[in-house]
Amino acid sequence: MANLVLDHGAMASRSQKGARLAQRREARIAMALSAPALLLIFCFIILPTIAVIVLGFTDFELGYGSFNFVGFENYAELLNDRTFRKSLWNTTVYAAIVAPASMALGLGIALLIASEGWGKSLFRTAYFLPVASLLVAMATVWQYLFHPTIGPINAMLDMIGIQGPNWLGASKTVMTSLSIIGIWQSTGFNMVLFLAGLSAIPRELYQAAEVDGARSALSRFRLVTWPMLGPTTLFVTTISIINAVKVFETVKTLTEGGPNKASEVLLFTIYQEGFVFLRVGYASAMTVIFLAILVSLMFLQYRVMDRKVHYA
Amino acid sequence: MTQAQFSLGRILRLAALSFGAILFLAPYIFMISTAGKAQSEIFSSSLSLIPQTWSYAENFAKAFGRVSMAGLLFNGVVVCALILIVQVVVAIPCAYAMAKLSFAGARLMMALVMLGLLVPIHATALPLYVAFDRMSALNSYFALVAPFSISVFAIFLFLQFFRGIPDDLIHAARLDGMSEIGIVARVIVPNAWPAITAFSIFSVVAHWNDLFWPLIVVTNQSYATPPLGLLYFRAAEAGDDYGALMAATLIITLPLVLAFLLAQKRFVEGITMTGLKG
Repeated sequence: MANLVLDHGAMASRSQKGARLAQRREARIAMALSAPALLLIFCFIILPTIAVIVLGFTDFELGYGSFNFVGFENYAELLNDRTFRKSLWNTTVYAAIVAPASMALGLGIALLIASEGWGKSLFRTAYFLPVASLLVAMATVWQYLFHPTIGPINAMLDMIGIQGPNWLGASKTVMTSLSIIGIWQSTGFNMVLFLAGLSAIPRELYQAAEVDGARSALSRFRLVTWPMLGPTTLFVTTISIINAVKVFETVKTLTEGGPNKASEVLLFTIYQEGFVFLRVGYASAMTVIFLAILVSLMFLQYRVMDRKVHYA
Repeated sequence: MTQAQFSLGRILRLAALSFGAILFLAPYIFMISTAGKAQSEIFSSSLSLIPQTWSYAENFAKAFGRVSMAGLLFNGVVVCALILIVQVVVAIPCAYAMAKLSFAGARLMMALVMLGLLVPIHATALPLYVAFDRMSALNSYFALVAPFSISVFAIFLFLQFFRGIPDDLIHAARLDGMSEIGIVARVIVPNAWPAITAFSIFSVVAHWNDLFWPLIVVTNQSYATPPLGLLYFRAAEAGDDYGALMAATLIITLPLVLAFLLAQKRFVEGITMTGLKG
């Protein structure tokens, strides 16, 4: 009996040793497998992010050999930089139009498509096509559509006796025009996300709501669809705002920030300062603010999501 | 839900959907129509969609003549393919290690991935540009591809997918004497095709359309990607020859749109699955 126990103990310690060895081997392999990713994350994400924060405190300009640390001078300059303030404001306006409009349209279209049996994939394709198209190319098409004299939009307005504006050419209408393109481009993306959210809602909930007296489509939407879509909606909201804050392609292609800086947006201003005027230090400070906006938006999403989970 | 009766509500619904669809497709309709119109007809600003004199041949000839369209499309394919291959080859082993192996660095890796998800190329572009400039690496495929060689989003997506693959499958492979690399290649990858396809679509759409980074690192036309090439073409045209512009636009938009139309189910699934990142 004692012998047996002893044997057992020896075996256990041997297998323990073996297990530890296997564990160490596993850790070594895991490190080796993730080493390339780790190295690249360091080179292309961590290091440049630290560098951009450091550069924001310098007067570095490309083409000059040396640079000095200037403390918060760049940030002080930003506060009084009319172009930068204009571009922050324009970006906010753009996001405030495009995000809610493309979400409302995306949800509306998703609801219509989900409740309609016929032509589901046909409609989905039509609304999704702009997402899969080259934005720079389609922006060129929109430029033609918006053309003040030969463009079809103003020609149509003319037919009903309205004198169309100089869409992309006038400082009063340029942000509206860019927003229309933005809404056209991002609605399909939101629609697809909402369709996925809708298909995840159990059918029984609707039947239960009907039994409980929710007769009209509106009350079923209010009682079942909207609350059940909560996580999707939160997610789409964050993505829509972040994508709107990143607007660049249409501005660079169509307006170059004009006329008279009326369509200057955050990324375009950073591009202009950093890569055209080569004022790297100053543009880095702008980039830090851009990054801070993105990070706080994400953080806000995590916070709201957390609270939702705790309630449930 | 598919009952054949046409109630008033249903007619209204179909009308609204159709009207919206026509609005959303209008830019494509005008693009195709205008690409076939002569300059004089475009300037007469008639709303007729069918060209009076068919000028497709002339406009396409102009589009192909000014900028090397074949070169642009070739660059687009090379850059997107290189980016995708490197991203997948780097991300899959890393995601496997994080999902299925236990090691001390796993928590740190997870933190780095989550941090990386917050940082877009726009934030790292300035230091990377300065570094590439110092290395005289601007105007090269290397400059176009390198910053995207790592996709923390790919790691994040694959990680979640790999967690769902049963451990027994991996243990069985180990008992059969397979190496860890062998397990990744012959057990994980074949089981992860949905995630890999979804990520591929996401990656190709993002980088085929990207203007920001190519605009920064490429000044030499021979490395231009499709969006950048179209900018050059617009500059060369002074923006007024809309017939030729629409023809060029049509050529450049077509590849991805065709790919989408052919594989739209996968596209939509892919975008939904990867919807995490726009």
